[in-house]
Amino acid sequence: MDTFIQQIINGLVLGSIYALVALGYTMVYGILGLINFAHGEVVMIGALTALTVIKLLANSGLPGIVVVLLGLAAAVPVCMALGFTIERVAYRPLRNAPRLAPLITAIGVSIVLQQLAMIFWGRSYHAFPPILPTTGRDIGGAHITDLQIVIVLLAAAIMAGLMLLVNKTRLGRAMRATAENPQIAGLMGVNINAIISATFLIGSALAAVAGVMVSANYSIAHYHMGFILGLKAFTAAVLGGIGNLPGAMLGGVLLGLIESLGAGYIGDLTGGFLGSHYQDVFAFFVLILVLVFRPSGLMGEKVAERA
Amino acid sequence: MRFPVKTISLALASSLVAFGCGKEAPPPPPPKAEQPAAPPAKPTVTVKIGHVSPLTGPQAHLGKDNENGARLAIEEANAKKLEIGGAVVTFDFMGEDDQADPKQGTTVAQKLIDAKVNGVIGHLNSGTTIPASKLYSEAGIPQISPSATNPKYTQQGFKTAFRVMANDEQQGKVLGGYATQQLAGKKIAIVDDRTAYGQGVADEFEKAAVAGGAKIVAREFTNDKATDFAAILTKIKSKKPDLVMYGGMDAQAGPMAQQLKKLGIKAKMIFADGGCTTEFHKLAGDAAEGHYCSLPGVPLEKMPGGKAFMDKYKAKFNVDIQLYAPYSYDAANVMIDAMKRANSVEPAKYLVELPKTAFDGVTARITFDERGDVKDGAITLYQAKGGKWEALETIGGAPAEPAQPAAMSGMGGMQGMQGQGMGGMSGMQGMSGMSAAPAAAEKK
Repeated sequence: MDTFIQQIINGLVLGSIYALVALGYTMVYGILGLINFAHGEVVMIGALTALTVIKLLANSGLPGIVVVLLGLAAAVPVCMALGFTIERVAYRPLRNAPRLAPLITAIGVSIVLQQLAMIFWGRSYHAFPPILPTTGRDIGGAHITDLQIVIVLLAAAIMAGLMLLVNKTRLGRAMRATAENPQIAGLMGVNINAIISATFLIGSALAAVAGVMVSANYSIAHYHMGFILGLKAFTAAVLGGIGNLPGAMLGGVLLGLIESLGAGYIGDLTGGFLGSHYQDVFAFFVLILVLVFRPSGLMGEKVAERA
Repeated sequence: MRFPVKTISLALASSLVAFGCGKEAPPPPPPKAEQPAAPPAKPTVTVKIGHVSPLTGPQAHLGKDNENGARLAIEEANAKKLEIGGAVVTFDFMGEDDQADPKQGTTVAQKLIDAKVNGVIGHLNSGTTIPASKLYSEAGIPQISPSATNPKYTQQGFKTAFRVMANDEQQGKVLGGYATQQLAGKKIAIVDDRTAYGQGVADEFEKAAVAGGAKIVAREFTNDKATDFAAILTKIKSKKPDLVMYGGMDAQAGPMAQQLKKLGIKAKMIFADGGCTTEFHKLAGDAAEGHYCSLPGVPLEKMPGGKAFMDKYKAKFNVDIQLYAPYSYDAANVMIDAMKRANSVEPAKYLVELPKTAFDGVTARITFDERGDVKDGAITLYQAKGGKWEALETIGGAPAEPAQPAAMSGMGGMQGMQGQGMGGMSGMQGMSGMSAAPAAAEKK
């Protein structure tokens, strides 16, 4: 039983991070109908920027938590600026181009960012300095560190805040209107460009937070880390229904749980016939099943005309 | 072929044709040409040496390290203005990126073959080296891998395939023996990254550990890009192992050690060369303490030329050696050495000399067996202590100094030990004498 609880905890931590990144994909998709493949790289830049600041301040005598918050404070504006720039440079000029063109530039931006990060931060792995307390608590025989508790709670709080923003504020209303129909929203006096920029700013800020969480939890950051993370988060967004905010959160947490439970139990369930290397296969099998029965994802709305 | 053609003797002209792969270099530098010495300016020939490793992607740090090692050897050879076949040789270094991806590995191999390289140092990973070796073999281009350790590489019957590092069979056996004998592991969990290397070394380890009387309580898998191991480690925790063996690279081993600690697993990790790096300590932080690893060869500081190599490397590239740079340095030098002995840079000619290699490199005295594997590869076991790998003991291997008789008796002694403690394993060919023979191990 303790193993099962531990696997659920593992899945929740991983899923919270996926969910935060998935939000970035889904927000942009909801408004532009564009899959922003560079989003994973924004997470990576956020992680490396924060880590650079954290390393500088690691021996300054400040408490660890303050140092990490300062790192985060540096990463968020950097990522926001980056997201804003990406949209202005790579996506806005192509907004009325055929669907494939911005997809290709998105992949291009992703590669460019990765290579720039490689030049700037080097090929080596960067370790997260051990400045955060490693204390934790036991729940029914399972172990969870305080950092992991913070990650799950913070991710939940951010997602709740985002829901409030989208559903209750003026900006949120404009975002929803733009998502529904950009032209008509424009005619109604919504500044489309400003709304789209705002979407990228918010998504990138979330990416920065996710980047710091990943590097703090796994104590590692690398210029290549955004690729797999982005792919997984994109999968989570599709699983939940891309374009749908609660869907991205649900998809992220579900994907984390599926991976964790899949890796933990698939071997025992199949009598050793399938091992933990089928963890991804298992995750994608679930994705396919969901898409067969609900083509727009678990909570997706009708987005067929966009895809 | 404009100006120097008059100064080149006929003999060279014909040898140039014979080289085929050699390309004429720019005219000799002016100071030499102006020398009043009687013989005309030495003809020159350019020899292309290819090098392949992942320069991008998760293993880019190791890939660059390999490239630096080979590049250092090539630049030193260029500085010496070697004369081979009557011509001054300039080595042209072609560093290529295979992204540790088997598909990319063959693409790059074909590129090097099309560029008519005279030899290839690489690739880094077994997964890329094995498919690429077929192409090199068909093109007749000698290939020396500094770090591909999967046994398959040299078992395909290719005359062009060599390596300067002990293979996984040798390493897995030593590790498995050490885990069951010295570390008294009874219940062992094994994780590998499903690459040709990780899986290979884990399989060999498993065989040796089972033969040594241990029970494999869990066999889990990850991949070479993963950072999250919580799920598989949680499962492993429930099996309460004494040791966790990992077949894979440092980028996974480091975070894995940390997550092991976070989950409250007391068992120590043991892994082969892929995780045996300084990067491991960086990534694992204080969770690195007490884990074990093995590395073919003897510790670099203990090699005759080891310290000098470390200093040279640091001075030249201003970074620390990651892992395999000494091996790729040796691999390049072994190739150049064979060219010197064959007095030819033509692949077909110096390929004949490669199996006869007896070269004192910085990692070991390198000789090849009939398959192209390095002979009597020593394997050293290390334990993480205070943020460093501390050498525990070196098992097997010939010393770098050409003191063959002593080495032979050492080996004999070990074979004598084979019956003891190895039990059921003694039937597994003579090589098993290398594993788990504490009395015979040379303490270095």
